[in-house]
Parts: sequence; structure tokens; C-alpha cells
Amino acid sequence: MSEQRKKLVEVQDLTVKFGSKRHPFTAVDRVSFHIFQGETFGLVGESGSGKTTIGRSIIRIHPTAGGKILYGGRQINGRISRQLDQEVTQKIQMIFQDPMSSLNERAKVDYIVSEGLYSRGHHLPEKERQEKVAKALSDVGLLPEFASRFPHEFSGGQRQRIGIARALIMEPDFIIADEPISALDVSIRAQVLNLLSQLQKERGLTYLFIAHDLSVVRFICDRIAVIQKGKIVELAESEELFAHPFHPYTQALLSAIPQPDPIGERNKKLLVYDPDCHHYGPENQPSWQEVCPGHFVLASQEELERYRGQL
Amino acid sequence: MQSSENNVILSFQDLNVKFTLRGQTLHAIRGVSLDVLQGESIAIVGESGSGKSVFVKCTMGLLDANGYISGGSILYNGQDLTTFRTDDDWLKIRGKEIAMVFQDPMTSLNPLKTIGKQIQEAVELHQGLKGPRAKQAVMEILSDVGIDDPVRRYKQYPHEFSGGMRQRVVIAIAVACRPRILICDEPTTALDVTIQAQILELIKAMQKKYNLTTIYITHDLGVVANVADRIAVMYAGDIVEVGSCDEVFYDPKHPYTWALLSSLPQLGVKNEPLYAIQGTPPNLFHEVRGDAFAPRNPRALKIDFLERPPMFDVSPTHKARTWLLDPRAPKVEPPEHSRSLREKGVSRRV
Ligand SMILES: Nc1ncnc2c1ncn2[C@@H]1O[C@H](COP(=O)(O)OP(=O)(O)OP(=O)(O)O)[C@@H](O)[C@H]1O
Ligand SMILES: Nc1ncnc2c1ncn2[C@@H]1O[C@H](COP(=O)(O)OP(=O)(O)OP(=O)(O)O)[C@@H](O)[C@H]1O
Ligand code: SF4
Ligand SMILES: [Mg+2]
Ligand SMILES: [Mg+2]
Repeated sequence: MSEQRKKLVEVQDLTVKFGSKRHPFTAVDRVSFHIFQGETFGLVGESGSGKTTIGRSIIRIHPTAGGKILYGGRQINGRISRQLDQEVTQKIQMIFQDPMSSLNERAKVDYIVSEGLYSRGHHLPEKERQEKVAKALSDVGLLPEFASRFPHEFSGGQRQRIGIARALIMEPDFIIADEPISALDVSIRAQVLNLLSQLQKERGLTYLFIAHDLSVVRFICDRIAVIQKGKIVELAESEELFAHPFHPYTQALLSAIPQPDPIGERNKKLLVYDPDCHHYGPENQPSWQEVCPGHFVLASQEELERYRGQL
Repeated sequence: MQSSENNVILSFQDLNVKFTLRGQTLHAIRGVSLDVLQGESIAIVGESGSGKSVFVKCTMGLLDANGYISGGSILYNGQDLTTFRTDDDWLKIRGKEIAMVFQDPMTSLNPLKTIGKQIQEAVELHQGLKGPRAKQAVMEILSDVGIDDPVRRYKQYPHEFSGGMRQRVVIAIAVACRPRILICDEPTTALDVTIQAQILELIKAMQKKYNLTTIYITHDLGVVANVADRIAVMYAGDIVEVGSCDEVFYDPKHPYTWALLSSLPQLGVKNEPLYAIQGTPPNLFHEVRGDAFAPRNPRALKIDFLERPPMFDVSPTHKARTWLLDPRAPKVEPPEHSRSLREKGVSRRV
């Protein structure tokens, strides 16, 4: 993991704001991370902490207030050329969190899945288009005959898979998967995860994987970043993060993972994160620190020494 | 939970639900019976598309227009809910007696009204509070479900909330109605695990305080292990196994339940495919013959393809619909998952 690998996506000091000029609200606060080509990078953390916003900024839905987003070394936030915009629109696909509201209710699945192909400009022969739709549907475990049905005729999990098929059909290089599996049953979830891994092996895909299910994240991701209130507080390789969580927020998060084990759940001890526990003041402000190779944490000097002492 | 007060609050009897779609009929619920006990917490788990949402929607008259109950009954408080026809009938039940938190929060929030207003309406309607006192209650509810800065949040619209925050609002509204039965359809999938734990604790506390009965639908078996007294497992429009939480996790009997538990990511080995059930669920536009799971069950018996198995009793609280429980069936060992689940689960860190 530590050898020189190509960085496909680089997010540097990204800041995203909402609200008015007079009442700005910083949803993403100077966030930095990079994703290697072919890697699965996990983004986990508090609900409302800015995960979706980061994803949407990468695909250029949200304007950025500060910082840079690089894709293959080229800046893709802010003003970019039309050609680069088109390229990014095809190469980066996002699977959206909300399967209900992200699908066009009045269109048939057939259209929904192949919509992206139309906007690419070059016309595809009808037969080829239909084949692609059928392939994309069966890739995600749906029957090809579903193509002629409408979204409301499907269950939540089925709709989520339509959203995935819609991304896959574009043959992207980089997929931002925002809670792609949360609406799925355990077995379909396993199928979709296997599918994502298989596509990664075959096509060298890179993923930004946003999810609340940490058991899944641990299983599928190479590295994980933990975000809280718009700031990344810890970043490490998956097993390392689970083995040595340093930041108290990470510890609280890991302690809360529900386990499919009734006896374990009954005896579970929840850690609660209290932001005041850091006692940050003007003298000891936290900064982004490397505790051990590849394991970063947001910590004050004092905390850093304590964390190093725990190793 | 069952032992002392065996009060059935809601009873489904041989329920059948169908949808008509362009001249074809889809049989979504195929003769399901289930007793829900007063004060218990029951979880319905199972395949996506197996009919979990449709099943519970029947208790609130919320089936889509092309769906109808084609047989059976749902008894609640001495009334058969399947005979309800008008909105007036349902208004007495919906929200007040039985409330539901939907899978998708966007569908239950009005995009044009502020979050504060929407909760306040529920509070005014169901708790009889007015004006500033109602507003105060709204603020409390918002912080109860873990939303910081309620004053700013009160004035915001749903699209200004994150997915998880919207879901918490929906839960807040449902709870404000003080229902007797709370149905939660994927209540916490959009939430981070710390908030999830908080919400589940909140629902559990409500449950104790108001002797609330809860029906959970969730794909997260960790959540199920945490909240459920009992579990019902659904496959292709049918409940194929029902039992106490421990019975279903540690001693499952139906091959579908085995397969379900074997697919858990906790049992996965990194960089190797996870176990996944082969094939696809049956097309419910065609009548299912025999055991609906048989075509996907590598160890299915001949009779599975011919005849629907009856419910066999495993214990007074545990039942499963599989021919494997027939005394004449060959002995088939379940996969090893239950033991390993237990070991992996307990070896939690931190
Ligand atoms: N269009 C918008 N207008 C105003 N505020 C917004 C908008 N979109 C998001 N926000 C705010 O930005 C913050 C981050 O939201 P975001 O959706 O990125 O969170 P998230 O980490 O994806 O959360 P979840 O896990 O709940 O989906 C939240 O406080 C949210 O209220
Ligand atoms: N309005 C409708 N018209 C036609 N078929 C429908 C309709 N609503 C639901 N169905 C079908 O009924 C079956 C059960 O759907 P339901 O939404 O209950 O599944 P579910 O078990 O809740 O799945 P999930 O876990 O994915 O939410 C599915 O096959 C679905 O396609
Ligand atoms: S015997 Fe029938 S009911 Fe039992 S597992 Fe096999 S297919 Fe299912
Ligand atoms: Mg989100
Ligand atoms: Mg559902």
C-alpha cells in the first residue's frame, strides 16, 4: 500500500458552504484526502457531517467555496473547459443515497438506466442500447424484463439497484457510491459488494464508498476516513483503524456498530463522544498528524504524544 | 416478553395481497398469519421485494391504488382492518393508533413546509399543545432525536437537512403522535451508528414508557439483534420462519434463514467474495408452486418443488415453514454460521 501509487482523486483543503452570504454555514471544512487508482476509499462518520456534500462537489453539483479537487492531476472544481466537463461527467458516476427521490418517477426503467448514454452525444443503435440496459440490469441482479416498468413498482432495494445499473452503464472509471447498499437485503448486498469488487478487478475501477454500515466498510475498503462535523478526524488503513482507533469520536463510532449477535448486543458497552473532552484552547489547537505511517489523526501535540504512547 | 401477558394487539390471519399491473396480477403477500403481542418488539427481515413493506402498509390502508387485499383479515382492537374502505375509517387509526416511519424520509415530509412547522402540526394535533408551548415541545423533540441547534433547524426546509437528519425528523413526528403501535420501516439505515444507537434507545425508552408495540423492518441484522424480542423472516410474500431473537439467530431452521445469515459481511474474508444466495427470487406474477425458495436451495428436496410446506413447530415460540422439519425428511445440517457469528460478534473491539 505504501509504494508509489497513482493518485486518481485529490481533495485539497476542500471547503463547501451553504446558506446566505450573511449566514454562511460551513458543511465541509478544509477537508483533504486522496484516493489511489484502483482503491476503495471509505468515508464514514456522523450523519450530516458532509459526506454527500463532498461527493456532490466532486461531481460538480455543489460549487466549492475553497480548496481544490484534482482528477488525474487536473483541477475539476470551479471553472473548467467544456471538454473536461464532459469527460468528468462520464468518467465519474455517483450512486445516490436516496433511491426514492433520485429516480425520475415518470420514466420507465429502460430510460432511467440509459439516460446518461443519451447525453453523451453520440447516438447508439437501439439494439445495442437495449443490450446494454439488459446487461446492466442483470449485472445488478434484476430481470431484464423490468426495463418496461416504472420505479414506483419496485421495492426500495430494487430501486437502489436501478440506481447502480444506471451508473454502471456509463462505464465509469471512478464511482462515488453514497450508501449504495443500505436499502438492500443482506444477500443482495453481498451480491452488489461482490459485483463492485469484481468490476474493480476487471476494469480497475476506483471507489469512494460512503456508508454507515461499518461492517461493510471494513470488509470492502482499503482505507477509511472518519469525518465529524465537516472535518476529517482520522484516516488509516481499514484493519489498522479498527485495531487502533485513536480519536475519541472514532472510538465512539466503532463501539456503536450493531453486531448480528443478540447476546453480544445485550452486553454491549457504548462509548459516547463528548467534544469537550479534548480541552482544546488557544495554546493547544488540533492539527492533522501522522501517528504512525499511514495513520493520521486530528490531534493536539499533547494528544499526539498520548496516542503514540499507546502504540 | 411473551410469557406473562400474551395479549395479541394485532393479528394477521391468512392475509393475501395482490397488485394489478397492466392486466397481470402480482401476488405480493401469499397467505401470511402473524400475531403481534402487546408491548413487544418484533422485527421482520427478509429479501428485498419479499413484501415486508406491503405487509405492514396494509395495517394503515396505505397500499398503492393498484393493490388490494384479496383475502384474510387483520384484527386490531376488535375490528377487521381489511373491511375499512373510506379515509374516515382510516383517520381514526393512522398516526393516532398505528404510526409508521417510512423507509424513505423524503416521501413523508412536505418539501414546501419548514421542518419545525411539520413537527409542530403533529404536536398540536396529537398532544393538544398550542402556540409557544407547542413550539417548545418541538425544540425538545428535535434535541431528543439528536439534532443540534434546534432554533436554526426549526426554520429550515427538508432539502436543507442531510439524509439522516430527515429520517430523525420523521421519527420525531411519529413519536409525537403517541401511537400504540409504531411501525419502523428501515428507520435507521440513513443514520450513523452512534445516532442509530441513540434513536434505537429512544424508541426503546418510548416503548417502555408508553407500553408501545414496535414492528421493525430492517436489513441490518445487527439492529435486529439489538432491538427484537421476536423475528419473522419473510421470503417471496410469505413468513417462512418466526421465533425469538435468540432462536432465529442461534438455531435457525429454514434454509432461507441459513442463507441470509451466511451472507453477513461479518463472516466475510477480505478480498474474497462474500457468500450470496444464487439465483433470483421467484416472479410473483406467476403462482408459486411448492416451497418458493426451493429453486435457489442447493439442498432442496423433491417435495419442495411440488407442495408448499406447512408451518412446523420447533418450540412453543419457534415455527418454520420447511419440509426439513417433517419427521420423514433426511437430516440436513445447517451451515456453521451460527457458531462463528457468536464468536466474531463477541470479539468486538474497544
Ligand atoms: N442544499 C443544501 N442547503 C443547505 N444546507 C445543506 C444542503 N445540503 C446539505 N446541507 C447541510 O450540509 C451538512 C452536510 O450534509 P450532507 O448531506 O453532506 O451530510 P452527510 O454526511 O451526507 O449526512 P448523512 O449521513 O445523514 O447522509 C448538513 O448540515 C446539511 O444540513
Ligand atoms: N404498486 C405496486 N405495483 C406493483 N407491484 C408492487 C407495487 N408495490 C410493491 N410491489 C411489488 O410487491 C413486492 C413486495 O414489495 P415490498 O415493497 O413490500 O418489498 P420489501 O420486502 O419491502 O422490499 P425492500 O426490502 O426492498 O424494501 C415486490 O415484488 C414489489 O415489486
Ligand atoms: S425443504 Fe423446502 S422448505 Fe425446506 S428448505 Fe428445502 S426448499 Fe425450503
Ligand atoms: Mg449523505
Ligand atoms: Mg420495503
